[in-house]
Amino acid sequence: MSSFLRAAHELGHNDLSKFVFCSGIGCSAWIPSPYLMADSLHVTHGRSIPVAMGVKLMRPDLNVVVFGGDGDIVGIGLSHLIHAARRNLDIMVVMVNNMIYGMTGGQVAPTTPFGAKTTTTPYGNFEYPLDATRLVATAGASYAARWTTAHGEQMIESMKRAITTRGFAFVEVASPCPTAFGRRVGFKDVANMLRWFLDNSIPLKQASKMTEKELVNKIVVGEYVSREAPTLTDNVYKVLKEAEQTA
Amino acid sequence: MPKYLSPGTYFMQGNEACAEGAIAAGCRSYAGYPITPASEIFEHMALRLPQFGGLVVQMEDEMASLGAVIGASWTGAKAMTATSGPGFSLMQELIGHAFMTETPCVIVDVQRAGPSTGQATKCGQGDVMQARWGTHSDYAAIVLAPNSVQELFDLTIRAFNLSETFRTPVIVLSDEITSHMHESMVVPPIEKIEIVNRKKPSPNDKKFFMLDEVAPMPSVGEGFNVAATGSTHDETGRRFTADPVVHQRLVKTLVGKIMNNSDKIVDFEAHNTENCDIAVVSFGCTSRAVYETVGSAKEKGIDVGFVRLKTIWPFPEKIVCEMAEHAKAVVVPELNMRELFYEVERAVHGSAPVIPVNKVGGGEMITPEELLAEILRSVA
Repeated sequence: MSSFLRAAHELGHNDLSKFVFCSGIGCSAWIPSPYLMADSLHVTHGRSIPVAMGVKLMRPDLNVVVFGGDGDIVGIGLSHLIHAARRNLDIMVVMVNNMIYGMTGGQVAPTTPFGAKTTTTPYGNFEYPLDATRLVATAGASYAARWTTAHGEQMIESMKRAITTRGFAFVEVASPCPTAFGRRVGFKDVANMLRWFLDNSIPLKQASKMTEKELVNKIVVGEYVSREAPTLTDNVYKVLKEAEQTA
Repeated sequence: MPKYLSPGTYFMQGNEACAEGAIAAGCRSYAGYPITPASEIFEHMALRLPQFGGLVVQMEDEMASLGAVIGASWTGAKAMTATSGPGFSLMQELIGHAFMTETPCVIVDVQRAGPSTGQATKCGQGDVMQARWGTHSDYAAIVLAPNSVQELFDLTIRAFNLSETFRTPVIVLSDEITSHMHESMVVPPIEKIEIVNRKKPSPNDKKFFMLDEVAPMPSVGEGFNVAATGSTHDETGRRFTADPVVHQRLVKTLVGKIMNNSDKIVDFEAHNTENCDIAVVSFGCTSRAVYETVGSAKEKGIDVGFVRLKTIWPFPEKIVCEMAEHAKAVVVPELNMRELFYEVERAVHGSAPVIPVNKVGGGEMITPEELLAEILRSVA
């Protein structure tokens, strides 16, 4: 939250009047609702992105930002995420990834590491986690990056870039949840988790030279894509203009 | 210059008339997903709405469609989507969200034979209860039931007006037969059509909370710091996820704003309700057979009266109850396995036997002959 606010402030925003926030269900979705003094639409689980699309296409002048957790964004909301990236919908999505369903007490998530013991995988997670940032980049996003909460400075710079990106901007932030996840997989406290983040983060360039085996349980950080491409708003309004003329 | 349909008589498909009604009502935002037998509404909107600078977009599924509609509504726009049974089922969670956040929007459900995939191209009337209770927990619904191409135009306009007046989702419950038939209909001059727009707070209003039953609706991006949430909230929009008093106040307002105003919402066509031997309660395509049955029953010496529901919910209890008081029986024909029947039986409260007439599958309507036969049986 503070990285986003700092980024907005550094970009010259003295308030959030040019922003609309959409969020779904989960602790991360509470970041804008009710803690930010701004327009916020708190909707149902996983559906913040289509709601954001409705807002953005009717008010393309506003910065529409979605905050959500990994469950909300790549669990139930995965389809909407991919289509938004495919469309290059010009919104920003911040996915706070704590690798668990925290709000409901610690159930396994699509981002939970293989083998982890959670409340719904008490004998160990038998699935592989999803690489959300890589998926979003491949699907067509204009900007996609991953950091951890231990990468304060990079987060702020990345948020700035995401806010100003024309097109779909995705920032994944690996974040500790000591209550629902950390203490169950062996972390004594938050400081331990953050240290683990720092020790196990690999910059993207370095990671590209490593094997899949070497990267297990590592967090690859950096900007996966940063490019210019026509946005959904560009394309929709171009078509609208032509349609109005045929009327 | 956007081109509304010039006033006059048109020979049109029901679904097209629905789309034109929406445009006339001021709808400028449509997000949808294809589904038989509703796709023509989407396709017609896709062709026409951009001519008015309106937005039409195909979403990845029905949930996303209603999500985008809700987002658009919060920017101040009139927004709609259309679907059928399976899609209507998918939308229920967000319908509940729209009720809870008091988001105006119009959802058209063109009923088909179910359950599940059922018979996609064949008529049904099995969504009566789902339209009222489809989503979880407590709320009151407004559900309109057109029975002609003309009414698909008129009632879609009414749906938007009610939606804006009461800050609520409104469902237009059509059916495959009504939606797919072609009929003559009359389009009035656009200036003669009554349009209602939501009350908006003025920028100086620091307090626009629930002072009235229906709070004025702020839009996002206008400096109001809108706080909309599906969680239980108080008048300021702040979440109160444990307080029973706040929850009761909220839910009572959501239900009350509709039910306390049901007199203004309820709409029906009534014929011979004071003197009839047999009363019929029907809606949608099934009601088309009732008109003819009145005549053929008269020839057999039976006075048939009817109430044709133009709003299924709120249910017009009073007229149905009154009609049943002197009737020998109340007949409820519907293309399902009994749904409206239960509501009629409840309203009639034992004053007369309530007789269901049911037919499902193959898109076959209850014919006037079949209805007459049931009526004759009920007087025997």
